[in-house]
Amino acid sequence: MGLFILRRLGVMLLTALCLTFIVFFLTNLSPNLEKLAKTQGNFRMTDAQVESFLRDRGYLQPTIVKYGQWLGVTPGWVIEGRDGTVRSKCFGELETGDLPEGETNLCGVLQGNWGYSTVFRDDVGEIIATRLALTGKLMFWVMLVMVPGALVIGVLAGMREGSRTDRSLSTVSILTTATPEYVSGVVFIAVFASSAVGLRWFNGSATSAMEQATFVNFTLPVMTIALYGMGYIARMTRASMTEVMTAQYIRTARLKGVSFRNIVLKHALRNALIAPFTVIMLQFPWLLNGVVIVETIFNYKGFGWTLVQAAGNNDIELLLGVSVVSVFVVLVTQLLSDIGYVYLNPRIRIS
Amino acid sequence: MDPLTWTGALGVVLNPLLAIAAVAFVLSAVAQFVLSFAAPAPTLQAEADGTLARSPGLVGLADQAMKWSFGALILVLLAYLVGGIVMPYGEAGIVGAVSARFLPVWIALLATFALSIATKRSTGLYGKLFDSTIGMIGFGLVMFWVFTAVFVGLFDMIATHDPLQQIVAMKNEPPGTPVTGGPEGIFPHYLLGGDNLARDVFTRMVEGSVVVMQVAPVATVFAFMVGITLDLPAGYYGGRLDTVLSFLANLILAFPVILLFYLLVTPEIVQTGIPSYMAAVLFVFPLVFFAVLLNSRYYTRPGLRTPLLAVVLGLLFVLYFSLVNAAGSRIDIPGLGWLDLFDVPGGILVVFVSVVFVNSPTVFRIVRGLALDIKTRDYVAAAQTRGEGAWYIMLWEILPNARGPLIVDFCLRIGYTTILLGTLGFFGLGLPPESPDWGTTINDGRRLISVYPHPALPPAFALLTMVLGLNLLADGLREESLKD
Repeated sequence: MGLFILRRLGVMLLTALCLTFIVFFLTNLSPNLEKLAKTQGNFRMTDAQVESFLRDRGYLQPTIVKYGQWLGVTPGWVIEGRDGTVRSKCFGELETGDLPEGETNLCGVLQGNWGYSTVFRDDVGEIIATRLALTGKLMFWVMLVMVPGALVIGVLAGMREGSRTDRSLSTVSILTTATPEYVSGVVFIAVFASSAVGLRWFNGSATSAMEQATFVNFTLPVMTIALYGMGYIARMTRASMTEVMTAQYIRTARLKGVSFRNIVLKHALRNALIAPFTVIMLQFPWLLNGVVIVETIFNYKGFGWTLVQAAGNNDIELLLGVSVVSVFVVLVTQLLSDIGYVYLNPRIRIS
Repeated sequence: MDPLTWTGALGVVLNPLLAIAAVAFVLSAVAQFVLSFAAPAPTLQAEADGTLARSPGLVGLADQAMKWSFGALILVLLAYLVGGIVMPYGEAGIVGAVSARFLPVWIALLATFALSIATKRSTGLYGKLFDSTIGMIGFGLVMFWVFTAVFVGLFDMIATHDPLQQIVAMKNEPPGTPVTGGPEGIFPHYLLGGDNLARDVFTRMVEGSVVVMQVAPVATVFAFMVGITLDLPAGYYGGRLDTVLSFLANLILAFPVILLFYLLVTPEIVQTGIPSYMAAVLFVFPLVFFAVLLNSRYYTRPGLRTPLLAVVLGLLFVLYFSLVNAAGSRIDIPGLGWLDLFDVPGGILVVFVSVVFVNSPTVFRIVRGLALDIKTRDYVAAAQTRGEGAWYIMLWEILPNARGPLIVDFCLRIGYTTILLGTLGFFGLGLPPESPDWGTTINDGRRLISVYPHPALPPAFALLTMVLGLNLLADGLREESLKD
């Protein structure tokens, strides 16, 4: 088991390195850098000005060197610009032109330096921490609604396979998986928050929920994300429940005269919940997608909203930070789901 | 011209009926659901003639009520649609007028269903679909949009206006408003209202189906070919090849889809030509697929194989070249312009490539699992003993036997591709901003949604019904294919 986890961690590290390099490569292509220079400096720069702007700030080094500097394994650049100022990656503008004594010239992710966001003009680490906390709040409520709801629907549908309850609940779960967030979000706002229909029960914007989440401003975003994931988990739970309900030991229990309620609650439920556990863990990457869409619709300035801003403005270091975090979330949940599955299901042992 | 109401003259009779049927249906459904937990199990009673009678009790009563009220509901809804077609224009309100516009689609749907049900015993899995209600509903929904796209795209029938025509007086007008200030002789109403740029919402909704039908199925087919060509060998041989390919697939899967889209589908990246190069690589896979497919089957008969391969590959190559080579893009080989039959607009190509790119790793995983399972079967061992080549076994023994799950997944995946296309449109990536596709129109509509909900809702429902149809169809197919 220990070896298995170690190997998985190794693969995770390799994946994270590959992915960040891809992001790094794509964001550092020359048209993207030109756009960056023009938004940072001004839009009427000539090609020569763009080039010197980029050269002075270390953007024109070979991609692999820049990637090493971002990681913190190669020394940061020190470049004397054409205007005479000496800039360095780690210490900003150097007045004397020399690096400070006694400090290593390494400042990358490994040293805890995530870089500087060109859009928000702030430290990337700090932006990600605050935004992630906001999205964490959203996700907490989503999980609180989605998981119990999905499990109840799945168990109710799966305990009597083929019954009318099963069919109607299955149709409902198909309906929710067929409704992407941008459709359900728009429909919810139109029905519950617009002046045209006139219900106005909830707020169509969740901006105020960043400070203080209330029932009025937080219900719609939470429901929008939860509904899309709910259907899928419910279907998996139903499949696993129907499988368990046809098992031999359930038949034995039934023949012994155990009541249906006890069969479901005491005999079937625990075994039926093993498979949904993995599914719930593997839902995280999809939820991340949902988070981006929902935060855009409801203008909730969390992690997904930051991703859109960073990607839309080619904010290289923020985008890298965002992708590191999201890739990390995806890979860790995959690992947890594998470990959890083995742990919950003693019949499977990984050699 | 007067503004249209929702149901017109029909509403006087049908609206109360609809309300009664709906209330009855909801009440009986709730009653049935609650009673099925609370009521005692149905009792069985043996009769004199040896049969068993089951007393339905309260649950059965609620069940019956639900069935009848549901039937009534469907009948009333049908009456709205038929009324709209039969009555003169404007009498049956917006619903009727919309139904009349869809007349070609209704006729095509009726014909398809009549033909399919009449021949359902002789058409294999397709015919079996018509044994399952869920499958039929799903098939109906999907075919509705397929026919809409065909009639709009090829025959220019259903749409009422030009999707880009702006009539200033119609800006944000509610559904059923008569057109004022437009040129003479155009359709007299904006049936589902006007959007923020004073274009007809109904027309844009039906035009949107054309964009989806152009991209989604073909992109899914390409994703399947890439997935199958790469992955059958991975599953069949296993070992290092499998490890490397699985790692690459997981790499793409670990990427948040939206981040990938933002990185691939921007004008700056299109400038660098990366999507064109990716297209050049990805679109080779269908060629490889067909070459290997035909060669492995017919290589013992060179007289048949060589001309067959030459014709098929020649045709595919021209298609490939036309797709990849575009004047003015990075891949523009001089002197071969005469081979370039058509140019795909840059935006569409990028969307296409990124959708294929995102989908193929998932297909890869599914096919790999199936291949691992099937390669242990006896008929594979028999083929190996006969001395068949590895590719023959993969493509002519394993692949046909994996078709059930693959067809089901294909339906689901078209739905997922539709959702992805909507996502791209929603974030304004790839497709031009005035494109009538559903994602873009939803995004346009959502800005003013709390005041004018009508421009965003029709495309939202269109996308919802299309994806729902594909999901139900997949569910029906799965159920029927499991019955064998």
